[in-house]
Amino acid sequence: MVEEKRLMKGNEAIGEAAIRAGCDAYFGYPITPQNELTAYMAKNMLDSGRIFIQAESEVAAMSMVFGASSAGGRAMTSSSSPGVSLKQEGISYACGADIPCVLVNVQRAGPGLGGIAPAQGDYFQATRGGGHGDYYHIVLAPKSVQEAADLTYEAFGLADKWRMPVMVLADGLIGQMMEGVALPPPLKPVERPDRPWAAGSGKSGARNRISSCILDPEALEASIHSRYERYAAIAKEHTSFEEVEVEDAELVFVAYGTSARVCLGAVQAAREAGLKLGLFRPITLWPFPSERLASLAVAGKRFLAVEMSMGQMVQDLRLAVNGAAGGAAPVDFFGRCGGVVPSEEEVLAVAKKLLRRDS
Amino acid sequence: MANKGKPVIDRERCKGCLLCARSCPMKVLAADETPNPWGYYPSCVVAGEKCIACGNCYQVCPDVAITVYKL
Amino acid sequence: MELRYGHPKSLVSVQSKYCPGCGHGVIHRLVAEVVDELGVQEKSILLNPVGCAIWADLYFDMDTVQVPHGRTPAAATGIKRMRPDHLVICYQGDGDLAAIGTAETVHAANRGEKFTTIFVNNAIYGMTGGQMAPTTLVGQKATTAPYGRDPGAAGMGYPIRVCEMLATLEGTKYLARGSVDNAVNVRKTKQYIKRAFEAQLRGEGFGLVEILSPCPTNWQMSPTAAVDWLASDMIPYYRLGEIKNELSTREEAAL
Repeated sequence: MVEEKRLMKGNEAIGEAAIRAGCDAYFGYPITPQNELTAYMAKNMLDSGRIFIQAESEVAAMSMVFGASSAGGRAMTSSSSPGVSLKQEGISYACGADIPCVLVNVQRAGPGLGGIAPAQGDYFQATRGGGHGDYYHIVLAPKSVQEAADLTYEAFGLADKWRMPVMVLADGLIGQMMEGVALPPPLKPVERPDRPWAAGSGKSGARNRISSCILDPEALEASIHSRYERYAAIAKEHTSFEEVEVEDAELVFVAYGTSARVCLGAVQAAREAGLKLGLFRPITLWPFPSERLASLAVAGKRFLAVEMSMGQMVQDLRLAVNGAAGGAAPVDFFGRCGGVVPSEEEVLAVAKKLLRRDS
Repeated sequence: MANKGKPVIDRERCKGCLLCARSCPMKVLAADETPNPWGYYPSCVVAGEKCIACGNCYQVCPDVAITVYKL
Repeated sequence: MELRYGHPKSLVSVQSKYCPGCGHGVIHRLVAEVVDELGVQEKSILLNPVGCAIWADLYFDMDTVQVPHGRTPAAATGIKRMRPDHLVICYQGDGDLAAIGTAETVHAANRGEKFTTIFVNNAIYGMTGGQMAPTTLVGQKATTAPYGRDPGAAGMGYPIRVCEMLATLEGTKYLARGSVDNAVNVRKTKQYIKRAFEAQLRGEGFGLVEILSPCPTNWQMSPTAAVDWLASDMIPYYRLGEIKNELSTREEAAL
């Protein structure tokens, strides 16, 4: 049963969803544009007797998450791009030690200190394993305040099910805007999965040793292979995307998050004018919906990737479709960066130009 | 009359650091002339009748290679 | 024949990888003895970070968590807040605690976190082959200070007295410095550890026991020469004793 809708800021909706999903511990550090999330967690976690710490840095916060989760808690941290760079070490450790946790990146423009306006320049960092070593973790990309809440709630369950960090990759626009959101009901304690492997659980019948350190090369290789089998299972079970008017589209926008909302507006404007555009919106950026995109390529679609970056997701799109249609599916790219959000008009103009050029 | 004691050294655990010999007030311990399988010259009891079971050797041994008994 | 001193239960009985004469072996044993005496083996969690301490999870018979270099106090914060009734032990070397992890050390101490830190100070980086540590003495040689630590022209800074530094923070309640260079100091150090663990179990903190420890391999000395050097050179700079004791039990006889 879902509640009535209420008007909430994206950052706060993410926080409320996390609390309802049973978040035991939140560790964060201030950084624009996600400070409302940290403040929301401060008030609400302390009010409900749960753990809240404003850590000394994003580095420390990530290790606090690692610790709390290895001791059995549902732990979360949030930051924005420069702070997420700081977390990469801890993310690699969490992936190497199979520690569940939820990470929220409310992206801003980079590189370096960059700007505080929204961007999508951390796609590589999120999906390519921004830290060292061979690993992936689930990356979920919401497009609205509602979806940010839903995906945050879901992230906790996915993290526990697959024993990995799950990242919610939002951006400053989603974090800051206010929209109607219907929140999921609080998770019941019986719905919480057990963690017999956790330090201090006393439930595994042996000593629980959390570690990502395996010095024997063949043993380490074997453990990585076994993790990759899990990744393959995740790709089968949890790849998620949305298609809008793709069936008869002459050109399909491929975009996620805020870029997808812009493209949706362009699709609607185009359709009103009789131009057949469609939108393919990946929701899981990892696992990336390569199979579905490949089949669209085989069906003769052409693609225009739109991102708030210099082109990161477009590389995954190219990898997905280039092999599929024998290299014949055209993939074009349009992007704005620096914190600039593209407009429906400019995106539509690019699409029209591409179609005119070929007709 | 002082306690009589008996230190028992695990030859294969000992790494021959000889901190025990240095710590013994009665000079009970010294390096064995025969090495152990690891190539270390382990500590051994050379004057067992002098042991007073003070436990100093146990306290300073990094390898818990010494068990001390009180007779 | 009555057993006077034997192998602690919560220490795994196996030959360790530590070098002959390494202080870690003694310190591991002291921690295990206190855990046994307090009867808390089943509810102890030890954190082993980076450094020679990485091996600690092979030798303690309790749950362990291997954590990123320097982040030990941060991870321990998460663990202790989630499992407040457990005995949470950070086992760190001088690089982990006073170089890469300085911020985490200071802030966990400042927050008065309730875990106990065992800080092994051997004035060098052991695992990586003998580089200068924050605790390396002026003039002491290391692979990255081949002419000796030089705070002057080479700008290498001075050795850090961690206990004294942390004592300025309101959140710290028990800071002691022991040594394992001789049997008397070993016994005293055990009492510091016991006092710190008992404090944690009573819910008092932040507690830290710094322990001066020999590293014969990287000091390039024999084990017996190493403990002699520790006594002659380290102890005058790093004074032994309870640097700060604001525990509820402080009226007891001073150690």
